[in-house]
Amino acid sequence: MNPFAEAWELLWSGDLYVADVVLRSLYISGSALVFATAIGIPLGTVVALSRFRLRTPVVALINTGLALPPVVVGLTVYILLSRSGPLGPLSLLYSPVAMILAQVVLAGPYIAAVTLAAVQGVPPDVRLQARGLGASRWQATRLHVREVRASLVAAIAAGFGAIISEVGAVMIVGGNILGQTRVMTTTIVLETRRGNFGVAIAVGFILLALAFAVNLLLTLLNARGMRRPLVS
Amino acid sequence: MGPAKNGANHKYIIGIAVAKTDRLRTVRETSPLDKPAGVTVLTNATGRMLRYSRLLALLPVITGAAACGRFEVVPLLVGSTTSVHDSGLLDELIPAFEDAHPSVSVRVLAVGTGQALALGRRRDVDVLLVHAPDVEREFVRQGYGLQRAPVMRNDYVVAGPPPDPAAVRESGSAIQALASVAAARERFVSRGDDSGTHRRELSLWRAGGLQPAGDWYEEVGQAMGATLLMANERRAYVLTDRATLTSMGDGLDLRVLLAGDSALVNIYSVIEVAGAANPVGACLFSRWLRSAPGKERIRAFGLKNFGESLFSPLPAAGPVDVHAEDDCREIARPE
Repeated sequence: MNPFAEAWELLWSGDLYVADVVLRSLYISGSALVFATAIGIPLGTVVALSRFRLRTPVVALINTGLALPPVVVGLTVYILLSRSGPLGPLSLLYSPVAMILAQVVLAGPYIAAVTLAAVQGVPPDVRLQARGLGASRWQATRLHVREVRASLVAAIAAGFGAIISEVGAVMIVGGNILGQTRVMTTTIVLETRRGNFGVAIAVGFILLALAFAVNLLLTLLNARGMRRPLVS
Repeated sequence: MGPAKNGANHKYIIGIAVAKTDRLRTVRETSPLDKPAGVTVLTNATGRMLRYSRLLALLPVITGAAACGRFEVVPLLVGSTTSVHDSGLLDELIPAFEDAHPSVSVRVLAVGTGQALALGRRRDVDVLLVHAPDVEREFVRQGYGLQRAPVMRNDYVVAGPPPDPAAVRESGSAIQALASVAAARERFVSRGDDSGTHRRELSLWRAGGLQPAGDWYEEVGQAMGATLLMANERRAYVLTDRATLTSMGDGLDLRVLLAGDSALVNIYSVIEVAGAANPVGACLFSRWLRSAPGKERIRAFGLKNFGESLFSPLPAAGPVDVHAEDDCREIARPE
């Protein structure tokens, strides 16, 4: 059977194996995204608005998050969680928790870096004017963050796109166990290796559709963000 | 490239990640201290990328010319099973083979036997070194392989954590060993990748009338080395070839708990792929593996590195001559 026809058949019939890995991917990357956002946005905002010693290395470190190699993150988390590693007694290696942890490490700095750039990008006058009109520091900061909300949503969506399509880290720390840690990307690797191109194409198609949806969202937000007046 | 054009590019590409690029630019120009480093780098890189993309258009021409210039060097693609690769045997054999036949340059694709055969069917490799006799015979019968010749043997073993909670040590056979793991519902890590080892494991379950399923049975879909690491981390049982287990020995807390059953004999064969891109190389490789020098290397491999022989060469069937270059060229000549 032609692999494309087989892929279509699998998608059309709602194949359980395919559905299982897609749902697990969404669960793991979705959870990771929640934690990464909770860490990344406050971190990026605080660093953008504060002046302190060592700020330059901290900014450089956060910006490294834009190009963090997933396999290195995977390796680091593996060593941490391995039985002979510092967190070994928790027995977390090869579990969804380990995969979420690795993806938080990947997406967190990414979201922080984009937040940092966006918050810094608001002209200082906005803040000064708000303070001049009697806003407290906290109110001024809220205004600041609101000002860049389109960028923040874009950052979160881009972070999601990065981790849902990542294979290096989840393969190392998740182990690709059927029904437990097998996600879309690791399924594609395995099924291609086994010569089951139909399954690989079906899952690949869903992954592509997700990436497209994320980028469509980004483009729409981007268009809106450009039209919006400076201070609403 | 004028500034206006540059600006447009950067809005298009960077705007996706950071909506307010115009403002970023303002900040960069007005207060250099607040320069957002990551974004600047991206901007420059984008501009450069767009400029170089014109050069990239020339790439097919350049590579095409290069390919024409050195068409005589077709690499020999070997599709090998991961156990031969993960144990380090190929690292020993390939350089020796290339010394014996300097005209051949080898590239190894270390994959499971299932994938190796799939690669062979698609003629993406020239020669196979695999270990799943039943599927191999089928492969040759269907016309995908020219010749299948047994090269060497070793054995599979059931390994597991030293305390042996499922009492595999007391079981008399491989089938009983797996049955006692299943009865105790102790964790068992399966290759789950259609490899030779995976097929053998499945046939052992079948022979015992068992269908492994449940949270104790984990299919990981990875190479032998990675699977052993996982079994080690999870204190699980595993069916493995002895060579990979021994070669990873010191780092693992896994013991051989059952071995020596005739159901655990593991035979590796070499198959020349029909319609290969490099039939001469495939023929030479097949013959060299079964020649006296090839056998010597195979035997010496384990002794030298681990103090025990990990693979035993098999007596040759069919003509084997180390100086077979002309012979192979003769065979490979189209009729």
